[in-house]
Amino acid sequence: MRVSVSWLREYVDLPADLSTGDLVQALVDLGIEVDSVTDLRENVTGSLVVGEVLEIEELTGFKKPIRFVRVDVGAANGTGEPQEIVCGARNFAPGDRVVVILPGGVLPGGFAIGSRKTYGRVSNGMICSVRELGIGDDHDGILVLPGESPAKPGDDARPVVGLDEVVLELDITPDRGYALSLRGLARELSHAFGVPFRDPGLAPAPGGTPQPAYPVEVRDTVGCDRFAARLVRGVDPSAPTPAWMQRRLTTAGIRSISLPVDITNYVMLELGQPMHAFDADRITGPLVVRRAEAGEKLTTLDGVDRVLAAEDMVICDDSGPISLAAVMGGETSEVVTGTTDVLFEAAHWDPVMVGRTARRHKLFSEAAKRWERGVDPALPLVALERAVRLLTEYGGGTVGDGILDLDHVVPRTPITLAADLPTRRIGVDYPPARVVALLEQVGCTVAQGADRLAEDPGSVGVLAGAGVALTVTPPSWRPDLTDPADLVEEVVRLDGYDKVPSVLPVAPAGRGLTWQQRRRRAIARALADRGYVEVLAHPFVSPELPDLLGLPADDPRRPAVRLANPLSDEEPMLRTTLLGPLLGVLKRNLGRGHRDLALYEIGAVFHPRPGVGSPPAMGVDRRPTDAEFAAADAVVPAQPRHLAAVLTGEIELSGWWGGGRAAGWADAVEAGRTVLAAAGIPTDRVEVRAAEYAPWHPGRCAELLVDGLVVGHAGELHPTVLAALELPRRTSAVELNLDLLPAAPVLSAPAVSGFPPALIDVALVVDGSVPAAQVQQALVEGAGELLEDVRLFDVYTSDQLGPERKSLAYKLTFRAPDRTLTVEEAVAARDAAVAVAAERFGATLRGA
Amino acid sequence: MREYPYAMTYRNDPYDPKQVALLDPAALAAAVADAEKAFAEATDPDALTALRPAHLGDRAPVSLARREIGALPPAAKADAGKRVNEARRAIETTYAARAEALEREHAERVLVAERVDVTLPYDRQPRGARHPLSTLMEQISDLFVGMGYEVAEGPEVELEWVNFDALNIPADHPARGLMDTFHVDPADRSGLVLRTHTSNVQTRTMLSRKPPIYVICPGRVYRTDEVDATHSPVFHQAEGLVVDKGITMAHLRGTLDHFAKAIFGPDAKTRWRPHYFPFTEPSAEFDVWFPEHRDGPQWVEWGGCGMVNPRVLRACGIDPEVYSGFAFGMGIDRTLMVRHGVSDIRHLFEGDVRFSRALGTEA
Repeated sequence: MRVSVSWLREYVDLPADLSTGDLVQALVDLGIEVDSVTDLRENVTGSLVVGEVLEIEELTGFKKPIRFVRVDVGAANGTGEPQEIVCGARNFAPGDRVVVILPGGVLPGGFAIGSRKTYGRVSNGMICSVRELGIGDDHDGILVLPGESPAKPGDDARPVVGLDEVVLELDITPDRGYALSLRGLARELSHAFGVPFRDPGLAPAPGGTPQPAYPVEVRDTVGCDRFAARLVRGVDPSAPTPAWMQRRLTTAGIRSISLPVDITNYVMLELGQPMHAFDADRITGPLVVRRAEAGEKLTTLDGVDRVLAAEDMVICDDSGPISLAAVMGGETSEVVTGTTDVLFEAAHWDPVMVGRTARRHKLFSEAAKRWERGVDPALPLVALERAVRLLTEYGGGTVGDGILDLDHVVPRTPITLAADLPTRRIGVDYPPARVVALLEQVGCTVAQGADRLAEDPGSVGVLAGAGVALTVTPPSWRPDLTDPADLVEEVVRLDGYDKVPSVLPVAPAGRGLTWQQRRRRAIARALADRGYVEVLAHPFVSPELPDLLGLPADDPRRPAVRLANPLSDEEPMLRTTLLGPLLGVLKRNLGRGHRDLALYEIGAVFHPRPGVGSPPAMGVDRRPTDAEFAAADAVVPAQPRHLAAVLTGEIELSGWWGGGRAAGWADAVEAGRTVLAAAGIPTDRVEVRAAEYAPWHPGRCAELLVDGLVVGHAGELHPTVLAALELPRRTSAVELNLDLLPAAPVLSAPAVSGFPPALIDVALVVDGSVPAAQVQQALVEGAGELLEDVRLFDVYTSDQLGPERKSLAYKLTFRAPDRTLTVEEAVAARDAAVAVAAERFGATLRGA
Repeated sequence: MREYPYAMTYRNDPYDPKQVALLDPAALAAAVADAEKAFAEATDPDALTALRPAHLGDRAPVSLARREIGALPPAAKADAGKRVNEARRAIETTYAARAEALEREHAERVLVAERVDVTLPYDRQPRGARHPLSTLMEQISDLFVGMGYEVAEGPEVELEWVNFDALNIPADHPARGLMDTFHVDPADRSGLVLRTHTSNVQTRTMLSRKPPIYVICPGRVYRTDEVDATHSPVFHQAEGLVVDKGITMAHLRGTLDHFAKAIFGPDAKTRWRPHYFPFTEPSAEFDVWFPEHRDGPQWVEWGGCGMVNPRVLRACGIDPEVYSGFAFGMGIDRTLMVRHGVSDIRHLFEGDVRFSRALGTEA
């Protein structure tokens, strides 16, 4: 909403010396956001003065007729002599008063004016058009001031043409429909400054007459609970819209169309009542206001053919729908050039209906915006009176005697308010008298007592301890005030939010973070400590991603949540694996010249529930039952929290200390182990097995298990996948489903023995396909309780060992809790360990 | 080194005056002098150690002299023994002093020789980092946990009913249009959206438990904003919710003031502007005074807040006649950007390692 301050001042006596800054602050404190302040005085610099045309010399011999004009600009040019100006326009005559910018001035757009030679004469300045002044679109000639203007030659022209205005662009919240009008804004400002307000919405207007202005039948009084109309006949079709009205419309961003249409828009801005002007001669038969039939067609004023839905409301004549009610008129009945009989309509429509219609047809007109946010149902007759008076004043014609008013507006339900509720909700002591005064200020009618208590037993509890109960009837222009809480807001808003004190509430003793939350932090820190960098990628992915990753047709990561309105049509899906977006981030980093990268992310992935339909509808007047909510919740996709890490390049850099080390599958697996360890899962419950799982390299993929349950995969990515994604070879990755990890157990303390260890190395030769993890497990099981630690320190293959054989060298640490082990004991334990490995895998001691 | 005449081992022949010549005071003095000279000439601990057998070992003159005492007449034994002991002690003292000196010298030499350039970089393992949004969310969580709150979480794909209806945003209310919402396909039937705020966690918290409720809900939210320097379709919010008996707007202000000082420093303060949110009534937007702003001290728009709308409490099964509450929410991304002078929100989501490394280690 764009309004000029001078227009506001017509309704509210703002202090004469009010600075723009103070005005803006007042609006902000009232809850009205100020998007911008434009001071039109700054639009034109230099001397912009009123001039009177003295003589006109027609210059000929040029491509177009040119005039050399002598203009009286009073003393504004310093000499008092007439100003000589060359002008291409022809819509003026001697004696006309015009707007002149003298040399040195600058018009909007940085258009600097000087003295210059043109068409063989020297032109000292310029006579301006409306468009050149930046106050309108009209460029059909220069601006000629109307005869009644009192301006004299040499006067500053800015106030004359509205260039002395300060224009505010305001952002109105969706609950405050009434603030989308001068009336509402002026009322609000009167609260802020405590100054008188003249309510144009309470102007006297004649009531409905038995004989209507035009026959109208309203068939749906829910969609349209008031419909009023008045007719003006014999209007001068050539009558222009007065300049001041055009200026105000232009300022508000509304294009001037014709006098009747401009008046409807002007009244809408002034009062907040959207209106429509029909050409009475283009309507045939009585008007019918009804719901549309599904599929009915209407061409709206914007020239679009629209197919209507059964919920839309339409105004029809004998020819069918002629207006999409409350949203936009139709082409066949609109006021056109030559219209003489104007039927003004001012109605009141159901805000929900209008909102749905506007969204359905994507028609967010100024009218629809106001209807959706609530319009005062008391306005129609006032608005009609204002409109017919403006039309007859500027366009002539005769107002018909008939006034149509089909009024089905349901009276407002009073709100029962405990007088101390504002105090109890806000924490500021508002005496009841103050509460009443503030509510009356916004237009409420406040009565003491609680006659309605019997009807509204829900309020009894509040009132019982409250003492005074107030019965508050909000004003017709505040449909947003429906609940006691709304009244509480009015009290604190007008009293001032700055008066609310600062008090810390005391919460009951808390439980701290959950173990899952602590675990996530531990995991994130462990990886960061290991050199991984955390990233947060967007979850949007392409439908082709599963193919790029080589996921099998039946892979559970294929079904994905699809967005109906994605930002990019290329990426309408939500990730089912973190790897897609994370590899994208990896690639971006590579593109920026980073080569050695280790990245990780912890975040949700999304798996749709198969076969679910819509959630059951639930109201908000009560809590849904557990069963109702569970049924709805079952529709929500599974959203397990995953962790993924990707690596490429060197995980240890080369430097003066020697060579670096390339990141590979083993680092990815180790990252997985690191995560599980950080999560507090004991290593003896973790198992790593070879697996074949996309998008990993089938020979270099491990699955990680906790208590026998697969929780994720790690290893080198499949070369085909890496090629398809244009990522470096050997790029490795790990992804774990953190939600699958069990709670960490409370660990038993180890027996820390002070006796010396016995260290024995064994090298076992096994078949090349035997997993080292299983050999180690055999050693652990065979060695018994004396084994404190086992560590694989070498893997060796050679021709001597033979093809498909490998040697695994382990360092075994034996220790007893209560004595120094003898050599014999340690050797016996080693032999027992080796025996199990030999039995399970045919392992032989190397060199034995 | 001096040659000693009786360096070979053989059995003493008692009473042979030539054989007891070593007990002669002059000979002992010479042995001491020899030792002192030899020790002084040793230049390192190893060389000194090598000299020890010759001067203090079994065949050293003082040792041989001691053996000769037995051959002396009893009357001479005491005197000779004293002389030998003195000589031996003198040599040992000299040796120890020299040894200590040489050890010290040696140690100093080694320290000099072992000197390295400690300024050499050792970035063998590249530095890792948390994401600054993660650490900021944790900082906020910790602040509120310290005040007795719990950290609540909820799904990112959410029921429309939870994200909107229960929060007093009916389907046909213009407020729903204020939040540009991602809908799950099919939009008219799925009943699902990407949550537009973390207020869905409010709904779920109030549905699942009874007051008193003190929770902070940090998390990721979605709006259909095209990406530019200040907009991202994915961003983060932290939302606080308190529902208890006797909660007032003053408690809200106290909480926000405390929050502001924790994040923006001890001189931070908040300012409220009346506003409209369907889920709170009264509602306000709040600004924070940030003295260390990159562009000088100034008010910064921070978030929205208000008293929980009784309609919301009712939809979640909490009696608004008994309980009241407040809620507030603010953008974590914006907080990070203001506090650290980040000029482009894209830096937060592009995942460039330079960004996380620079900011992501703050605890």
